[in-house]
Amino acid sequence: MNPLPFFIDKLWLIPLFPAATALLMLLSGRWLQNRLISLLCCGSVFLSFLFSVGAFWQLLSLPGERIAEKILFDWIPAGSFLTSSGHLSSFTAQWGFLLDPLSAVMILVVSGVGFIIHVYSIGYMGHEGGYYRFFGFLNLFMFSMLTLVLANNIVLMFVGWEGVGLCSYLLIGFYFLRRSAADAGKKAFIVNRIGDSGFLLGIFLIATTLGTINFRQIPLALEEMHFSVGAPVITAITLLLFVGAIGKSAQLPLYVWLPDAMEGPTPVSALIHAATMVTAGVYMVARNHALYSLAPTTMHVVAVVGALTAVYAASMGLVQNDIKRVLAYSTISQLGYMFLACGVGAFAAGIFHLSTHAYFKALLFLGSGSVIHALGGEQDIRKMGGLWKKIPVTAKTFLVAALAIAGIPGLSGFFSKDEILWQSFAGPLGNRALWAIGVLTAGMTGFYMFRLVFKTFFGQPRYSHEVDHHIHESPRSMTIPLVILAFLSVAGGWVGIPAVLGGSNRFEHFLQPVFGRRADVVLAVNMHAHTQEIQLMIFSVLVAVLGIFLAYYFYLRRTDAPEKLVARFSAGYRLLYRKYYVDEVYDVLFVNRFKDAGTALAAFDLGVIDGWGVDGSSWLTRFTASRSMWTDNWIVDGAVRAFGFFVRLLSYPVRMIQAGFVQGYALSIVLGVLLLLGYYLLR
Amino acid sequence: MIPTSNYLMLSAVLFTIGVIGVLTRRNIVIILMSIELILNAVNINLVVFSRQLGSVAGQVFAIFIITDAAAEVVVGLGILIALFRNRETVNADEIDLLKW
Repeated sequence: MNPLPFFIDKLWLIPLFPAATALLMLLSGRWLQNRLISLLCCGSVFLSFLFSVGAFWQLLSLPGERIAEKILFDWIPAGSFLTSSGHLSSFTAQWGFLLDPLSAVMILVVSGVGFIIHVYSIGYMGHEGGYYRFFGFLNLFMFSMLTLVLANNIVLMFVGWEGVGLCSYLLIGFYFLRRSAADAGKKAFIVNRIGDSGFLLGIFLIATTLGTINFRQIPLALEEMHFSVGAPVITAITLLLFVGAIGKSAQLPLYVWLPDAMEGPTPVSALIHAATMVTAGVYMVARNHALYSLAPTTMHVVAVVGALTAVYAASMGLVQNDIKRVLAYSTISQLGYMFLACGVGAFAAGIFHLSTHAYFKALLFLGSGSVIHALGGEQDIRKMGGLWKKIPVTAKTFLVAALAIAGIPGLSGFFSKDEILWQSFAGPLGNRALWAIGVLTAGMTGFYMFRLVFKTFFGQPRYSHEVDHHIHESPRSMTIPLVILAFLSVAGGWVGIPAVLGGSNRFEHFLQPVFGRRADVVLAVNMHAHTQEIQLMIFSVLVAVLGIFLAYYFYLRRTDAPEKLVARFSAGYRLLYRKYYVDEVYDVLFVNRFKDAGTALAAFDLGVIDGWGVDGSSWLTRFTASRSMWTDNWIVDGAVRAFGFFVRLLSYPVRMIQAGFVQGYALSIVLGVLLLLGYYLLR
Repeated sequence: MIPTSNYLMLSAVLFTIGVIGVLTRRNIVIILMSIELILNAVNINLVVFSRQLGSVAGQVFAIFIITDAAAEVVVGLGILIALFRNRETVNADEIDLLKW
């Protein structure tokens, strides 16, 4: 085998750089200067990015199949066992990294966006306590995410998966003195556990069914064992894996943690809860596309869950007043798009949307962070307005991102979103209902994004006088990342211009070796219906523009209209504003039930374990102790005392002689002498 | 010359008086005095036999015993005074500390 090119051979360094600095920060960051911390942490992520670019470049020039695996060592040797179908199998979980077009795209997005957000954090977190802790966690997150993406087997992927979950928990609860932040962290962690239990079961089922957990060998094993399309065990595996994806990627019904996750610092929301971690579920589904392709039932489930989540989350985003919460619902909604794409078999389109979404959603979050920074911590859009002139860089980049996410032609979001809509309409697994939901969501996206834009940057200022006093544009370390991301939000989609618009959708071709045949089928469909594709495209853009126009009408022209509308449909408004009461329903159905169960278990603990077990055993101990004390007192000591009594009894007569009278003794001496004398004389 | 048996008789009488004194009297002072009588009875014996046998050794012994008796009285009376200070009695039957 030829030696691997340098950067591919050094693939394992990509996650290692941030891991090293994370370790350093968490062990000794307390004593380091902020400047040094920034340099080290951003530097390590930048190194990862450079190595990712290098690896990407060398992957392009690999001869033959664009796939490379770098195995460091055997991590868990599983030994041999019989799979459920009776094959003798022996696999080891390796600490190995897999570079193919899919993971190459992911490491570029993760390390690139990650680096930009690291730089932004220097400015944003500069005045906060726990600077080293923040960067330590952030680097730990980069390590976990890159491990997740680069893992060559599903167990190592799970390590990264749990690692990012942990970092998410730690960073949501970064301001852990604030009760709501600590609670939000716990909520995220617990809801993710529910999903992860499904993921874990899926892994076990893969191992026992296929006898391998390696991503390159799973398709081979599937082929070798001749699983038919729709085999129940494959459906079970994919459904279980999808439960994991639902938890991590905040889909119905496990999305509830993501809006609360906005308690974390804004760069965290941008990096973890928008650009990278929450897309891990999409990546995982795409990575296991070989399994999913064999389970049409699951694919339908994925598509339906994705579509429903998209429209459901968008509807809640329409009325929220917290700038970050609107973006959170938007993220859930966009993730729904990605799952919709995966569910209709357009994995490449899903990954494409993942990458463009990473750019513009990171930009939106960073922009909102910049707004919050400028307003001294204000997050309520009702108290903003008219900021366009005061913070121009933030405002302009934010507008670019909003245009991109709304799907205005030419910007990145347009290409990826319309690819998904088209595939869900015309793809082999798509249908009109899914498409209609997608388009509806696109309109709502346009509305809520521009509601944000107009309420934040235009109209009359609604903030107080003191706030007005120190509104300032953010420092350069924050605005430069914004500008870079704005550029990416515009140009990031140009790699995937569809054939119908004169492009060649290079992105999809690049990923084709990974997703294989299905992409070919999809492309073949594309060729047939160009006119229809263009019609649909125009329609969806019109819907998005309509959404934008409605936002303009409501929030700039007729500012009293929203209130009237709210008064008219107060029940509906309250339903949306209170987020469909899902949190309350979950509280009643699950959370409180678990609390009840906890109370019952506590009662059981007190009554049975403590009452019967502990108190009973202590009673038993005391009882046996008292019996044994009785034995000691009466049998053992009794024997001793009896002996003493016996000795005293014998000694009593002898003692009588010792009267203590000296003269008595003298008399006995005299008598003795007389006795002896008499004996000798009379002998 | 007075025959030896007379002296021995005197000695025996003295000894008997001393023994009876020791055994019967309750006052320790008198007991001590009686012990002196016993010792002196012994001294008489020693001196008589010394003269009869024509050896000085008996007289030397007698002088030793006189010295010894003096020392004994010193010690005995010292104990007696210490005892009296503690117990305010010189009665031997009230001083039964050696019992058991």
